[in-house]
Amino acid sequence: MCGIVGLFLKKEALRPRLGDMLTDMLITMTDRGPDSAGIAIYGEESGKLKITVQSDTPAADFAGLDLALGEALGAPVAMRVVDTHAVLNVPLDAEAPALAFLDKRGVRVMGVGESMEIFKEVGLPKDVAARFGIRAMGGSHGIGHTRMATESAVTTLGAHPFSTAGDQCLVHNGSLSNHNDMRRRLARKGIYTKTENDTEVGAAYISSRIAEGATLGEALEGTLKDLDGFFTFVTGTKTGFGVVRDPVACKPAVMAETDDYVAFASEYRAFADLPGIETARVWEPEPATVYFWER
Amino acid sequence: MQVLDLSKTDLREVNATLQAQRADTNQTEWVIENPRGSHAVAVGLDAPISVTVKGSTGYYCAGMNKLATIHVEGSAGPGVAENMMSGTVIVEGDASQYAGATGRGGLLNIKGNASSRCGISMKGIDIVVHGSIGHMSAFMAQKGNLVVLGDAGDALGDSLYEARLFVRGTVKSLGADCIEKEMRHEHLALLAELLERTGADAKPEEFRRYGSARKLYNFNIDHADAY
Repeated sequence: MCGIVGLFLKKEALRPRLGDMLTDMLITMTDRGPDSAGIAIYGEESGKLKITVQSDTPAADFAGLDLALGEALGAPVAMRVVDTHAVLNVPLDAEAPALAFLDKRGVRVMGVGESMEIFKEVGLPKDVAARFGIRAMGGSHGIGHTRMATESAVTTLGAHPFSTAGDQCLVHNGSLSNHNDMRRRLARKGIYTKTENDTEVGAAYISSRIAEGATLGEALEGTLKDLDGFFTFVTGTKTGFGVVRDPVACKPAVMAETDDYVAFASEYRAFADLPGIETARVWEPEPATVYFWER
Repeated sequence: MQVLDLSKTDLREVNATLQAQRADTNQTEWVIENPRGSHAVAVGLDAPISVTVKGSTGYYCAGMNKLATIHVEGSAGPGVAENMMSGTVIVEGDASQYAGATGRGGLLNIKGNASSRCGISMKGIDIVVHGSIGHMSAFMAQKGNLVVLGDAGDALGDSLYEARLFVRGTVKSLGADCIEKEMRHEHLALLAELLERTGADAKPEEFRRYGSARKLYNFNIDHADAY
Protein backbone atom coordinates (compact mmCIF):
# COMPACT_ATOMS: atom_id res chain seq x y z
CA MET A 1 0.00 0.00 0.00
CA CYS A 2 0.98 3.64 -0.47
CA GLY A 3 -0.94 6.88 -0.73
CA ILE A 4 -0.78 9.35 -3.58
CA VAL A 5 -2.23 12.85 -3.78
CA GLY A 6 -1.99 15.36 -6.59
CA LEU A 7 -3.42 18.78 -7.26
CA PHE A 8 -3.33 20.81 -10.47
CA LEU A 9 -4.77 24.29 -10.06
CA LYS A 10 -6.68 25.87 -12.92
CA LYS A 11 -7.61 28.97 -10.90
CA GLU A 12 -4.68 31.35 -10.32
CA ALA A 13 -6.17 32.73 -7.11
CA LEU A 14 -5.80 29.32 -5.44
CA ARG A 15 -2.01 29.16 -6.02
CA PRO A 16 -0.98 30.58 -2.63
CA ARG A 17 -3.07 27.78 -1.03
CA LEU A 18 -1.50 24.86 -2.95
CA GLY A 19 0.75 23.70 -0.12
CA ASP A 20 -2.02 24.02 2.44
CA MET A 21 -4.47 21.97 0.36
CA LEU A 22 -1.88 19.32 -0.51
CA THR A 23 -0.80 18.98 3.12
CA ASP A 24 -4.35 18.18 4.24
CA MET A 25 -4.68 15.63 1.44
CA LEU A 26 -1.31 14.08 2.31
CA ILE A 27 -2.07 13.73 6.03
CA THR A 28 -5.39 12.01 5.22
CA MET A 29 -3.37 9.32 3.41
CA THR A 30 -1.21 8.58 6.49
CA ASP A 31 -2.62 5.11 7.14
CA ARG A 32 -1.81 4.11 3.55
CA GLY A 33 1.84 5.03 4.12
CA PRO A 34 3.23 5.94 7.55
CA ASP A 35 6.91 5.15 6.75
CA SER A 36 7.90 8.27 4.86
CA ALA A 37 6.38 11.10 2.90
CA GLY A 38 7.37 13.48 0.18
CA ILE A 39 6.10 16.24 -2.01
CA ALA A 40 7.08 17.79 -5.34
CA ILE A 41 5.83 21.32 -5.65
CA TYR A 42 5.87 23.38 -8.84
CA GLY A 43 6.22 27.05 -7.93
CA GLU A 44 7.12 30.26 -9.70
CA GLU A 45 9.98 30.20 -12.20
CA SER A 46 12.65 32.73 -11.32
CA GLY A 47 14.92 32.44 -14.33
CA LYS A 48 17.27 30.28 -12.27
CA LEU A 49 17.68 26.55 -11.91
CA LYS A 50 16.52 25.21 -8.56
CA ILE A 51 18.52 22.31 -7.18
CA THR A 52 16.98 20.68 -4.11
CA VAL A 53 19.61 18.91 -1.99
CA GLN A 54 19.40 16.86 1.20
CA SER A 55 21.78 15.99 3.99
CA ASP A 56 21.52 13.97 7.20
CA THR A 57 23.87 16.55 8.78
CA PRO A 58 22.49 19.79 7.33
CA ALA A 59 24.17 22.16 9.79
CA ALA A 60 27.60 21.01 8.74
CA ASP A 61 26.93 20.31 5.06
CA PHE A 62 24.91 23.44 4.23
CA ALA A 63 27.19 25.92 6.06
CA GLY A 64 28.83 28.00 3.36
CA LEU A 65 27.54 25.70 0.60
CA ASP A 66 26.06 28.62 -1.36
CA LEU A 67 29.32 30.60 -1.27
CA ALA A 68 31.47 27.61 -2.21
CA LEU A 69 29.15 26.64 -5.08
CA GLY A 70 29.00 30.26 -6.24
CA GLU A 71 32.76 30.42 -6.28
CA ALA A 72 33.02 27.19 -8.26
CA LEU A 73 30.45 28.40 -10.81
CA GLY A 74 31.70 31.97 -10.96
CA ALA A 75 28.19 33.28 -10.31
CA PRO A 76 26.21 34.14 -7.17
CA VAL A 77 24.12 31.28 -5.74
CA ALA A 78 21.13 31.85 -3.48
CA MET A 79 20.30 29.14 -0.93
CA ARG A 80 17.16 28.50 1.13
CA VAL A 81 17.69 25.95 3.88
CA VAL A 82 14.54 24.01 4.84
CA ASP A 83 15.27 21.51 7.62
CA THR A 84 17.31 18.66 6.05
CA HIS A 85 16.86 20.11 2.57
CA ALA A 86 18.19 23.19 0.84
CA VAL A 87 17.15 24.78 -2.44
CA LEU A 88 20.04 26.26 -4.39
CA ASN A 89 19.38 28.77 -7.19
CA VAL A 90 22.05 28.57 -9.87
CA PRO A 91 22.26 29.96 -13.42
CA LEU A 92 20.21 27.95 -15.94
CA ASP A 93 23.29 26.89 -17.90
CA ALA A 94 25.21 25.71 -14.81
CA GLU A 95 23.44 22.38 -14.18
CA ALA A 96 26.33 20.05 -15.05
CA PRO A 97 29.11 21.84 -13.10
CA ALA A 98 26.75 22.45 -10.16
CA LEU A 99 25.78 18.76 -9.93
CA ALA A 100 29.41 17.68 -10.22
CA PHE A 101 30.34 20.06 -7.39
CA LEU A 102 27.47 18.86 -5.16
CA ASP A 103 28.37 15.23 -5.79
CA LYS A 104 31.91 15.95 -4.65
CA ARG A 105 30.61 17.67 -1.51
CA GLY A 106 28.59 14.56 -0.67
CA VAL A 107 25.12 16.16 -0.51
CA ARG A 108 22.27 14.25 -2.08
CA VAL A 109 20.40 15.83 -4.99
CA MET A 110 16.64 15.31 -4.67
CA GLY A 111 15.66 17.08 -7.86
CA VAL A 112 16.50 19.78 -10.36
CA GLY A 113 14.16 22.09 -12.21
CA GLU A 114 13.14 25.57 -13.18
CA SER A 115 9.98 25.34 -11.08
CA MET A 116 10.08 22.00 -9.19
CA GLU A 117 11.27 21.58 -5.61
CA ILE A 118 11.21 18.18 -3.86
CA PHE A 119 11.03 17.57 -0.13
CA LYS A 120 10.95 14.05 1.28
CA GLU A 121 11.90 12.37 4.53
CA VAL A 122 11.29 9.35 6.71
CA GLY A 123 8.49 9.83 9.25
CA LEU A 124 4.76 10.42 9.51
CA PRO A 125 3.32 12.63 6.77
CA LYS A 126 2.18 15.27 9.28
CA ASP A 127 5.68 15.53 10.74
CA VAL A 128 7.36 15.60 7.34
CA ALA A 129 4.96 18.33 6.11
CA ALA A 130 5.57 20.38 9.28
CA ARG A 131 9.37 20.07 9.09
CA PHE A 132 9.40 21.48 5.58
CA GLY A 133 6.63 24.03 6.10
CA ILE A 134 4.76 22.63 3.08
CA ARG A 135 1.57 24.46 4.11
CA ALA A 136 3.11 27.85 3.39
CA MET A 137 4.29 26.89 -0.12
CA GLY A 138 2.42 28.18 -3.14
CA GLY A 139 2.50 26.92 -6.70
CA SER A 140 0.58 25.81 -9.75
CA HIS A 141 0.59 22.07 -9.10
CA GLY A 142 2.08 19.47 -6.81
CA ILE A 143 2.28 15.75 -6.11
CA GLY A 144 2.58 14.05 -2.74
CA HIS A 145 3.22 10.50 -1.59
CA THR A 146 2.93 8.57 1.66
CA ARG A 147 4.99 5.39 1.60
CA MET A 148 4.48 1.89 2.98
CA ALA A 149 7.72 0.35 1.83
CA THR A 150 7.79 -2.96 -0.03
CA GLU A 151 10.60 -3.00 -2.59
CA SER A 152 13.43 -1.18 -0.81
CA ALA A 153 14.46 0.15 2.60
CA VAL A 154 12.76 2.97 4.51
CA THR A 155 15.26 5.74 3.84
CA THR A 156 15.13 9.32 2.62
CA LEU A 157 16.35 8.26 -0.80
CA GLY A 158 13.75 5.48 -0.91
CA ALA A 159 10.92 7.97 -0.34
CA HIS A 160 8.91 9.36 -3.23
CA PRO A 161 8.74 11.48 -5.39
CA PHE A 162 11.63 10.37 -7.57
CA SER A 163 13.09 12.84 -10.00
CA THR A 164 15.31 11.60 -12.81
CA ALA A 165 15.26 14.65 -15.11
CA GLY A 166 14.69 18.38 -14.85
CA ASP A 167 11.22 19.28 -13.58
CA GLN A 168 10.08 15.64 -13.91
CA CYS A 169 9.00 13.52 -10.99
CA LEU A 170 7.13 10.29 -10.36
CA VAL A 171 5.19 8.81 -7.47
CA HIS A 172 3.98 5.22 -7.44
CA ASN A 173 1.55 2.96 -5.64
CA GLY A 174 2.36 -0.66 -6.35
CA SER A 175 5.45 -2.71 -7.06
CA LEU A 176 7.35 -3.36 -10.27
CA SER A 177 8.51 -6.90 -10.89
CA ASN A 178 10.95 -6.28 -13.78
CA HIS A 179 12.80 -3.32 -12.26
CA ASN A 180 16.15 -5.09 -12.04
CA ASP A 181 16.03 -6.05 -15.70
CA MET A 182 14.91 -2.55 -16.69
CA ARG A 183 17.65 -1.02 -14.50
CA ARG A 184 20.25 -3.01 -16.45
CA ARG A 185 18.68 -2.04 -19.78
CA LEU A 186 18.75 1.64 -18.80
CA ALA A 187 22.35 1.33 -17.60
CA ARG A 188 23.34 0.03 -21.04
CA LYS A 189 22.01 3.34 -22.41
CA GLY A 190 24.10 5.23 -19.85
CA ILE A 191 21.21 5.99 -17.49
CA TYR A 192 22.06 5.13 -13.91
CA THR A 193 19.75 5.07 -10.90
CA LYS A 194 20.87 5.98 -7.40
CA THR A 195 18.90 3.47 -5.33
CA GLU A 196 17.63 -0.11 -5.29
CA ASN A 197 14.09 1.23 -5.52
CA ASP A 198 11.66 0.03 -8.20
CA THR A 199 9.93 3.38 -8.61
CA GLU A 200 13.16 5.16 -9.40
CA VAL A 201 13.53 2.76 -12.34
CA GLY A 202 10.01 3.70 -13.49
CA ALA A 203 10.95 7.38 -13.28
CA ALA A 204 14.21 6.81 -15.15
CA TYR A 205 12.36 4.83 -17.83
CA ILE A 206 9.90 7.71 -18.40
CA SER A 207 12.72 10.30 -18.42
CA SER A 208 14.76 8.24 -20.90
CA ARG A 209 11.80 7.94 -23.27
CA ILE A 210 11.22 11.69 -23.12
CA ALA A 211 14.94 12.32 -23.69
CA GLU A 212 14.69 10.10 -26.80
CA GLY A 213 11.93 12.33 -28.15
CA ALA A 214 8.72 10.79 -26.82
CA THR A 215 5.98 13.02 -25.47
CA LEU A 216 5.00 12.49 -21.85
CA GLY A 217 1.85 10.77 -23.08
CA GLU A 218 3.89 8.37 -25.22
CA ALA A 219 6.31 7.70 -22.36
CA LEU A 220 3.39 6.86 -20.06
CA GLU A 221 1.88 4.60 -22.77
CA GLY A 222 5.28 2.90 -22.86
CA THR A 223 5.08 1.97 -19.17
CA LEU A 224 2.13 -0.30 -20.04
CA LYS A 225 4.27 -2.27 -22.46
CA ASP A 226 7.71 -2.16 -20.87
CA LEU A 227 7.06 -2.22 -17.12
CA ASP A 228 5.68 -5.32 -15.44
CA GLY A 229 3.94 -5.30 -12.09
CA PHE A 230 1.36 -3.26 -10.26
CA PHE A 231 1.29 0.46 -10.64
CA THR A 232 -0.73 3.56 -10.31
CA PHE A 233 1.70 6.26 -11.47
CA VAL A 234 1.31 9.99 -11.10
CA THR A 235 3.97 12.00 -12.86
CA GLY A 236 4.66 15.72 -12.75
CA THR A 237 6.27 18.02 -15.28
CA LYS A 238 6.81 21.76 -15.40
CA THR A 239 3.47 22.27 -17.13
CA GLY A 240 1.21 19.61 -15.70
CA PHE A 241 0.66 16.12 -14.44
CA GLY A 242 -0.22 12.72 -15.85
CA VAL A 243 -1.81 9.55 -14.50
CA VAL A 244 -1.61 5.94 -15.67
CA ARG A 245 -2.68 2.65 -14.07
CA ASP A 246 -1.57 -0.84 -15.07
CA PRO A 247 -4.14 -2.97 -16.96
CA VAL A 248 -5.13 -4.98 -13.87
CA ALA A 249 -5.66 -1.75 -11.91
CA CYS A 250 -5.88 -3.21 -8.42
CA LYS A 251 -4.16 -0.14 -6.92
CA PRO A 252 -6.86 2.41 -6.18
CA ALA A 253 -7.19 5.79 -7.85
CA VAL A 254 -9.84 8.48 -7.88
CA MET A 255 -9.94 11.85 -9.56
CA ALA A 256 -11.99 15.01 -9.11
CA GLU A 257 -12.36 18.00 -11.38
CA THR A 258 -14.00 21.38 -10.95
CA ASP A 259 -13.54 24.69 -12.80
CA ASP A 260 -10.80 25.47 -10.25
CA TYR A 261 -8.68 22.30 -10.09
CA VAL A 262 -7.98 18.71 -11.06
CA ALA A 263 -7.21 16.47 -8.07
CA PHE A 264 -5.88 12.93 -7.80
CA ALA A 265 -5.89 10.67 -4.73
CA SER A 266 -5.64 7.02 -3.79
CA GLU A 267 -8.92 7.41 -1.92
CA TYR A 268 -11.86 9.77 -1.95
CA ARG A 269 -11.32 10.79 1.67
CA ALA A 270 -8.31 12.88 0.60
CA PHE A 271 -10.77 15.07 -1.31
CA ALA A 272 -13.20 15.65 1.57
CA ASP A 273 -11.92 19.16 2.39
CA LEU A 274 -11.37 20.44 -1.16
CA PRO A 275 -13.50 23.45 -2.05
CA GLY A 276 -16.58 22.57 -4.10
CA ILE A 277 -15.97 18.81 -3.88
CA GLU A 278 -19.73 18.24 -3.31
CA THR A 279 -20.42 19.29 -6.91
CA ALA A 280 -17.11 18.18 -8.49
CA ARG A 281 -16.99 15.55 -11.23
CA VAL A 282 -15.50 12.56 -9.41
CA TRP A 283 -14.41 9.45 -11.33
CA GLU A 284 -12.07 6.53 -11.30
CA PRO A 285 -9.35 6.58 -13.98
CA GLU A 286 -9.68 3.63 -16.38
CA PRO A 287 -6.99 0.94 -16.40
CA ALA A 288 -4.28 1.13 -19.08
CA THR A 289 -5.39 4.63 -20.02
CA VAL A 290 -3.17 7.71 -19.94
CA TYR A 291 -4.63 10.91 -18.49
CA PHE A 292 -2.83 14.20 -18.71
CA TRP A 293 -3.47 17.81 -17.76
CA GLU A 294 -1.29 20.65 -18.97
CA ARG A 295 -1.49 24.37 -18.76
CA MET B 1 -35.19 9.28 12.72
CA GLN B 2 -31.84 8.76 14.46
CA VAL B 3 -28.81 10.76 13.33
CA LEU B 4 -25.20 9.62 13.73
CA ASP B 5 -22.60 12.25 12.84
CA LEU B 6 -19.20 10.81 11.90
CA SER B 7 -17.58 14.22 12.46
CA LYS B 8 -18.54 13.91 16.14
CA THR B 9 -18.88 10.18 16.78
CA ASP B 10 -16.19 7.55 16.33
CA LEU B 11 -16.75 5.09 13.45
CA ARG B 12 -16.63 2.08 15.79
CA GLU B 13 -19.32 3.63 17.97
CA VAL B 14 -21.50 4.41 14.93
CA ASN B 15 -21.22 0.82 13.70
CA ALA B 16 -21.71 -0.66 17.18
CA THR B 17 -24.89 1.42 17.62
CA LEU B 18 -26.30 0.15 14.34
CA GLN B 19 -25.19 -3.44 15.00
CA ALA B 20 -26.93 -3.35 18.40
CA GLN B 21 -30.37 -2.87 16.85
CA ARG B 22 -32.60 -5.91 17.38
CA ALA B 23 -35.05 -7.30 14.85
CA ASP B 24 -37.97 -5.68 16.71
CA THR B 25 -36.35 -2.26 17.21
CA ASN B 26 -38.56 0.81 17.00
CA GLN B 27 -35.61 2.84 15.72
CA THR B 28 -35.85 1.81 12.10
CA GLU B 29 -34.69 4.99 10.32
CA TRP B 30 -31.07 6.08 10.63
CA VAL B 31 -28.94 8.75 8.99
CA ILE B 32 -25.13 8.84 8.94
CA GLU B 33 -23.76 12.33 8.35
CA ASN B 34 -20.27 13.39 7.24
CA PRO B 35 -18.95 10.03 6.00
CA ARG B 36 -16.14 11.90 4.11
CA GLY B 37 -14.94 8.73 2.43
CA SER B 38 -14.51 6.76 5.68
CA HIS B 39 -13.85 3.05 5.51
CA ALA B 40 -16.23 0.32 6.71
CA VAL B 41 -19.29 2.53 7.21
CA ALA B 42 -22.42 0.59 8.26
CA VAL B 43 -20.87 -2.86 8.15
CA GLY B 44 -22.18 -6.05 9.73
CA LEU B 45 -25.76 -4.84 10.23
CA ASP B 46 -28.28 -7.60 10.90
CA ALA B 47 -31.60 -5.94 11.63
CA PRO B 48 -34.32 -4.72 9.24
CA ILE B 49 -33.41 -1.05 9.63
CA SER B 50 -32.91 1.66 7.03
CA VAL B 51 -29.65 3.64 6.98
CA THR B 52 -29.03 6.65 4.74
CA VAL B 53 -25.38 7.69 4.32
CA LYS B 54 -25.16 11.39 3.44
CA GLY B 55 -22.14 11.45 1.15
CA SER B 56 -19.38 9.27 -0.29
CA THR B 57 -17.78 6.31 1.46
CA GLY B 58 -14.40 4.55 1.30
CA TYR B 59 -13.51 0.87 1.39
CA TYR B 60 -16.02 -1.84 2.37
CA CYS B 61 -19.18 0.17 3.01
CA ALA B 62 -22.18 -2.02 3.93
CA GLY B 63 -20.08 -5.18 4.07
CA MET B 64 -21.67 -8.40 5.32
CA ASN B 65 -25.08 -6.75 5.34
CA LYS B 66 -28.08 -8.80 6.50
CA LEU B 67 -31.68 -7.50 6.36
CA ALA B 68 -30.79 -3.79 6.49
CA THR B 69 -31.37 -1.27 3.69
CA ILE B 70 -28.35 0.99 3.25
CA HIS B 71 -28.56 3.95 0.91
CA VAL B 72 -25.31 5.72 0.03
CA GLU B 73 -26.14 9.15 -1.38
CA GLY B 74 -22.66 9.62 -2.88
CA SER B 75 -20.18 7.20 -4.42
CA ALA B 76 -18.74 4.11 -2.74
CA GLY B 77 -15.10 2.97 -2.57
CA PRO B 78 -13.78 -0.54 -3.16
CA GLY B 79 -15.70 -3.56 -1.89
CA VAL B 80 -19.14 -2.03 -1.30
CA ALA B 81 -21.65 -4.62 -0.01
CA GLU B 82 -18.95 -7.28 0.07
CA ASN B 83 -20.30 -10.65 1.17
CA MET B 84 -23.85 -9.32 1.60
CA MET B 85 -26.25 -11.96 2.94
CA SER B 86 -29.60 -10.20 2.43
CA GLY B 87 -31.18 -6.76 2.45
CA THR B 88 -30.61 -3.93 0.00
CA VAL B 89 -27.70 -1.58 -0.70
CA ILE B 90 -28.25 1.41 -3.00
CA VAL B 91 -25.40 3.56 -4.28
CA GLU B 92 -26.50 6.81 -5.94
CA GLY B 93 -23.10 7.51 -7.50
CA ASP B 94 -20.39 5.18 -8.77
CA ALA B 95 -18.95 2.12 -7.06
CA SER B 96 -15.25 1.29 -7.15
CA GLN B 97 -13.72 -2.13 -7.71
CA TYR B 98 -15.16 -5.46 -6.52
CA ALA B 99 -18.63 -4.17 -5.70
CA GLY B 100 -20.81 -6.94 -4.29
CA ALA B 101 -17.90 -9.40 -4.17
CA THR B 102 -18.79 -12.85 -2.79
CA GLY B 103 -22.34 -11.66 -2.02
CA ARG B 104 -24.67 -14.46 -1.00
CA GLY B 105 -28.02 -12.69 -1.21
CA GLY B 106 -29.87 -9.40 -1.20
CA LEU B 107 -29.86 -6.66 -3.81
CA LEU B 108 -27.08 -4.21 -4.70
CA ASN B 109 -28.42 -1.33 -6.78
CA ILE B 110 -25.71 0.93 -8.25
CA LYS B 111 -27.12 3.98 -10.02
CA GLY B 112 -23.80 5.03 -11.59
CA ASN B 113 -20.93 2.92 -12.92
CA ALA B 114 -19.08 0.12 -11.18
CA SER B 115 -15.41 -0.40 -11.96
CA SER B 116 -13.39 -3.60 -12.27
CA ARG B 117 -14.26 -6.97 -10.72
CA CYS B 118 -17.91 -6.12 -10.04
CA GLY B 119 -19.62 -9.21 -8.61
CA ILE B 120 -16.42 -11.22 -8.41
CA SER B 121 -17.17 -14.64 -6.92
CA MET B 122 -20.81 -13.70 -6.31
CA LYS B 123 -22.77 -16.50 -4.69
CA GLY B 124 -26.43 -15.56 -4.91
CA ILE B 125 -26.61 -11.76 -4.72
CA ASP B 126 -28.51 -9.71 -7.32
CA ILE B 127 -26.53 -6.74 -8.65
CA VAL B 128 -28.04 -4.08 -10.91
CA VAL B 129 -25.68 -1.45 -12.36
CA HIS B 130 -27.42 1.41 -14.17
CA GLY B 131 -24.16 2.50 -15.84
CA SER B 132 -21.23 0.39 -17.07
CA ILE B 133 -18.90 -2.10 -15.39
CA GLY B 134 -15.12 -2.60 -15.65
CA HIS B 135 -12.93 -5.55 -16.54
CA MET B 136 -12.99 -9.03 -14.95
CA SER B 137 -16.52 -8.55 -13.65
CA ALA B 138 -18.32 -11.67 -12.40
CA PHE B 139 -15.01 -13.56 -12.34
CA MET B 140 -15.76 -17.04 -10.91
CA ALA B 141 -19.32 -15.95 -10.18
CA GLN B 142 -21.25 -18.90 -8.83
CA LYS B 143 -24.87 -17.88 -8.39
CA GLY B 144 -27.12 -14.84 -8.58
CA ASN B 145 -27.81 -12.23 -11.24
CA LEU B 146 -25.71 -9.35 -12.57
CA VAL B 147 -27.67 -6.82 -14.65
CA VAL B 148 -25.81 -4.05 -16.48
CA LEU B 149 -27.67 -1.31 -18.34
CA GLY B 150 -24.47 0.06 -19.91
CA ASP B 151 -21.39 -1.73 -21.22
CA ALA B 152 -19.10 -4.40 -19.75
CA GLY B 153 -15.27 -4.31 -19.85
CA ASP B 154 -12.79 -7.02 -20.76
CA ALA B 155 -13.10 -10.67 -19.71
CA LEU B 156 -16.69 -10.63 -18.50
CA GLY B 157 -17.62 -13.77 -16.57
CA ASP B 158 -14.22 -15.45 -16.72
CA SER B 159 -14.32 -18.97 -15.21
CA LEU B 160 -18.01 -18.51 -14.53
CA TYR B 161 -20.16 -21.04 -12.70
CA GLU B 162 -23.94 -20.65 -12.60
CA ALA B 163 -24.50 -16.91 -12.20
CA ARG B 164 -26.59 -15.19 -14.89
CA LEU B 165 -25.19 -12.08 -16.54
CA PHE B 166 -27.40 -9.64 -18.45
CA VAL B 167 -25.83 -6.76 -20.38
CA ARG B 168 -27.75 -4.18 -22.42
CA GLY B 169 -24.74 -2.48 -24.04
CA THR B 170 -21.58 -3.87 -25.53
CA VAL B 171 -19.26 -6.43 -23.95
CA LYS B 172 -15.61 -5.66 -24.68
CA SER B 173 -14.69 -9.32 -24.40
CA LEU B 174 -15.93 -12.50 -22.74
CA GLY B 175 -13.69 -14.34 -20.29
CA ALA B 176 -12.74 -18.01 -20.49
CA ASP B 177 -15.77 -20.33 -20.59
CA CYS B 178 -18.30 -17.45 -20.73
CA ILE B 179 -20.68 -17.50 -23.70
CA GLU B 180 -23.79 -15.72 -24.87
CA LYS B 181 -26.90 -17.75 -24.15
CA GLU B 182 -30.47 -17.81 -25.27
CA MET B 183 -32.80 -15.37 -23.47
CA ARG B 184 -35.75 -17.51 -22.44
CA HIS B 185 -39.09 -16.50 -21.02
CA GLU B 186 -38.03 -17.08 -17.41
CA HIS B 187 -35.02 -14.81 -17.90
CA LEU B 188 -37.18 -12.00 -19.29
CA ALA B 189 -39.48 -12.36 -16.29
CA LEU B 190 -36.53 -12.29 -13.89
CA LEU B 191 -35.08 -9.20 -15.59
CA ALA B 192 -38.44 -7.42 -15.55
CA GLU B 193 -38.68 -7.96 -11.82
CA LEU B 194 -35.10 -6.75 -11.10
CA LEU B 195 -35.50 -3.69 -13.35
CA GLU B 196 -38.78 -2.85 -11.65
CA ARG B 197 -37.31 -3.22 -8.14
CA THR B 198 -34.35 -0.99 -8.94
CA GLY B 199 -36.26 1.68 -10.84
CA ALA B 200 -34.14 1.04 -13.91
CA ASP B 201 -35.18 2.67 -17.16
CA ALA B 202 -34.78 -0.31 -19.48
CA LYS B 203 -36.79 -3.10 -21.07
CA PRO B 204 -35.88 -6.79 -20.59
CA GLU B 205 -35.89 -7.37 -24.37
CA GLU B 206 -32.95 -4.95 -24.78
CA PHE B 207 -30.54 -7.21 -22.89
CA ARG B 208 -28.39 -10.17 -23.89
CA ARG B 209 -27.71 -13.03 -21.52
CA TYR B 210 -24.31 -14.55 -20.83
CA GLY B 211 -23.49 -17.64 -18.85
CA SER B 212 -21.13 -20.54 -18.38
CA ALA B 213 -20.28 -22.94 -21.22
CA ARG B 214 -19.51 -25.39 -18.36
CA LYS B 215 -16.34 -26.60 -20.08
CA LEU B 216 -14.07 -25.77 -17.16
CA TYR B 217 -16.11 -27.77 -14.68
CA ASN B 218 -14.17 -30.96 -15.23
CA PHE B 219 -10.73 -31.81 -16.48
CA ASN B 220 -10.87 -32.70 -20.16
CA ILE B 221 -8.99 -35.95 -20.60
CA ASP B 222 -8.28 -35.10 -24.26
CA HIS B 223 -6.00 -32.32 -23.00
CA ALA B 224 -3.93 -34.62 -20.80
CA ASP B 225 -0.94 -34.56 -23.15
CA ALA B 226 -0.83 -30.76 -22.95
CA TYR B 227 0.53 -30.97 -19.40
